[in-house]
Amino acid sequence: MTLNKARKRELLRQMYTIRAFEEMAEQLYAMGKIHGTMHLSIGMEASAVGAIAALRPDDLILSTHRGHGHCIAKGADLNLMMAEFMGKENGYCRGRGGSMHIADVAGGNLGANGVVGGGIATAMGVALGLKMQKRDQIVLCFFGDGAANLGTFNESLNMAAIWSLPVVYVCENNQYAVSFSVKKAFAIEHISDRAAGYGMPGVTVDGNDVVAVYEEVSQAVKRARKGEGPSLIENVTYRWRGHSKSDVNRYRTKEEIEAWKQKCPIQRFRALLIEEGMLTEEEADQIQQEASAAIDEAVEFAEASPEPTLETIEEGVYA
Amino acid sequence: MRELSYLEAVREALRQEMQRDERVFIIGEDVGVYGGAFGVTLGLVEEFGEERVMDTPISELGIAGAITGAALVGMRPVGEIMFMDFTTIAMEQLVNQAAKMRFMFGGTIEVPFVLRTPSGSGTGAAAQHSQSLENWFVHVPGLKVVMPSTPYDVKGLLLSSIRDDNPVIFVEHKLLYKTKGPVPEEPYTIPLGTAEVKREGRDLTIVATSIMVKRSLEAAEQLAQEGIEAEVVDPRTLKPLDEETIFRSVIKTGRVLIVHEACKTGGYGGELAAVIAGSEAFDYLDAPIVRLAGRDIPIPYNRNLEYHTVPQVENIIEAARRLARGGV
Repeated sequence: MTLNKARKRELLRQMYTIRAFEEMAEQLYAMGKIHGTMHLSIGMEASAVGAIAALRPDDLILSTHRGHGHCIAKGADLNLMMAEFMGKENGYCRGRGGSMHIADVAGGNLGANGVVGGGIATAMGVALGLKMQKRDQIVLCFFGDGAANLGTFNESLNMAAIWSLPVVYVCENNQYAVSFSVKKAFAIEHISDRAAGYGMPGVTVDGNDVVAVYEEVSQAVKRARKGEGPSLIENVTYRWRGHSKSDVNRYRTKEEIEAWKQKCPIQRFRALLIEEGMLTEEEADQIQQEASAAIDEAVEFAEASPEPTLETIEEGVYA
Repeated sequence: MRELSYLEAVREALRQEMQRDERVFIIGEDVGVYGGAFGVTLGLVEEFGEERVMDTPISELGIAGAITGAALVGMRPVGEIMFMDFTTIAMEQLVNQAAKMRFMFGGTIEVPFVLRTPSGSGTGAAAQHSQSLENWFVHVPGLKVVMPSTPYDVKGLLLSSIRDDNPVIFVEHKLLYKTKGPVPEEPYTIPLGTAEVKREGRDLTIVATSIMVKRSLEAAEQLAQEGIEAEVVDPRTLKPLDEETIFRSVIKTGRVLIVHEACKTGGYGGELAAVIAGSEAFDYLDAPIVRLAGRDIPIPYNRNLEYHTVPQVENIIEAARRLARGGV
C-alpha cells in the first residue's frame, strides 16, 4: 500500500487543485459571483486527499458542508463543480445544490451536507445496502469534530458496529465547531477514543500529513472491505479560514492561525517529495500552475454556462 | 371474498413484496421474533430470516438513516417506527436528507423507501404514544404521505408505496389493525393519489382520513335513518392528493364536512378546506366548509377525556346534521 511516485505527484496535484479552487471560490464570492455562503477547507487538504486516496474509484463517500476538497479528491469534474457553485443549469446539481449540497453521484460522491452530522446515519444505511447486496464497495463518511457530539454519531456508529458494516468514519477534527473549541467540547483527549465504546478500532492521525492519513485510512478500508466492520479515524487538522463567510474569528488568536499556517499540509508534502527526490522545485511549481490553470478554465466554463430557466423550477422534487 | 384484518393485510403486502423483490427488507425495533409493537410483522423473520427482517437498537434516527442510505444504493427498505410519536426522533434524516436529496442533487438520485408507522389515540397510552403527525410530513416537499383506512386499501397502497421511487410515509392506525374487510389474495396495487368515494350520498360530502373514514361511514348509516344522505370521500393519500374526486363530490352535494383525528390547528383539514375553497367547487358551496378535528391539546390519559379529545361517531353525526340542515 505504499504510494509510488506517480501517485504521490497526483496527490500533490489534488491538494494544489483544492487550494486553488477554494481560493478562487473565495474571490468569486467577494465579487458577488457566488452567493449564499461557503465553508472553506483551506489548510485541511491532506485529510480529504489522503483519505480518498485509500479508496477505489467505485467506492462511495458522504461529505460535509466543508466538502470542496472531498468532491475534488473523489474525481469531480472541475467545470461542472464550478458551474454548480455559480448556480448554473449544467452544474452537478443543476444549480439547485450549490457549495453546501454538491453531489457527484456518478463519481461516487453521495453529497455534501448542509446539516452537521447529516451524513453519519445515511452512510450507515449506504453501508447496510452495500452489504445486503454483497457488493465489494465500501463507503467513507466524513464529518467534523462538532458532529461527533450529535446523537446521530452514537446511533449510527453503534449500528455500523453491531452489523459489521463496510463503512469508514473519518472525523476531520479542525479544532472548532464554529467557535466552540474541542478543548471545551470534549472531556476526552482524542475523539477516536470513542471508537472503543462501539467496539471498533479508533485511531488519531496527524491530519496534515497526507501519507499518514492515506496509510491509516487504507487499513480501515481494507478492514471494511474484508467484512470486518467499521473504523473511526480522527484527522487532526485546522481550518485557516473562518467557519463560514460570516466568521470574524473572535474565538481564536491570529497567532494560533499563523502557527497552523506554518504546518501547511501542501508545503509539507511538497517538501517531502522534493526531499525524496520524486519531484524538483520546478516540477512542483508546474503542478501548482497547472492546478491554477484548471481552475481558471473551470471559471470560464462556469461563466459561459446557462442559468436554469424558471420553467424548470419545480423539476426533480419527485422521481 | 376472503376477509383479512387491516393488520393481516399489511403483513400480507409485506410478505408478497418480499417474495417478489429481493431488494425489499424490513427494519425497525422489535420487528423480528417479537413481531413489532402491534404484531404486524409477526412470522416474517421465520420466513425471510434476520437479514431481511432486521431488529434494531432503540435508534429511530438510525432507522431513518438506514433506510435512506440503503435506498440510495438500490435497496427498497421498509422501515417501521413503532409509534408515530417517535418519528420526531427520526426527523432529521427524513426531512433534511431523504426528502430533499433528489432535488438538491439535481435529480440524479432516487430514495425509494417506505416508513410505516402507527398513529392515533384510543389505546389509553396518552400524550406521547397517540399523536397524529401526518401533516408535518405533508408539509415537506419530496415526501409522499399515505393514510389507508381499510384492509383492502392498506394492502394495495402499501404495495404501491414500496414500488414507488420516492420516500413514502405510510401512516397506519392502531385502532384499525383489528378491523376486517375483503382483501384479494393476489398482489394488487392502488395508485398513490387516488381518492375513493366510500359511500355515495346527495346531501353533504364528508372528507375523512384514516379511522375517521370508518367513523364517518358509521355516522352516515345513522344519518340515513334521519333522511340525510352523506357521501364519504377518503383521500387515501394526503400527498399527492386526488383533488378531482373531492371536487366532484362537493359539486354534487354543495356541503363539506372535513373530519380528521389530528389537532385542528395546522391540520390537514385546513389544507383540504383551502383546496376546495380555491377550486371550481367553491361556486357550488351552499354553506361554509366545516372542519371537525382533534382538540388542540395533547391526548389525555383518562378514558373519558381521551374519548372526547378526537372526533367520535356522535360528533360526526351532529356536525353533519347541522350542516345538512342549513346551519354551520
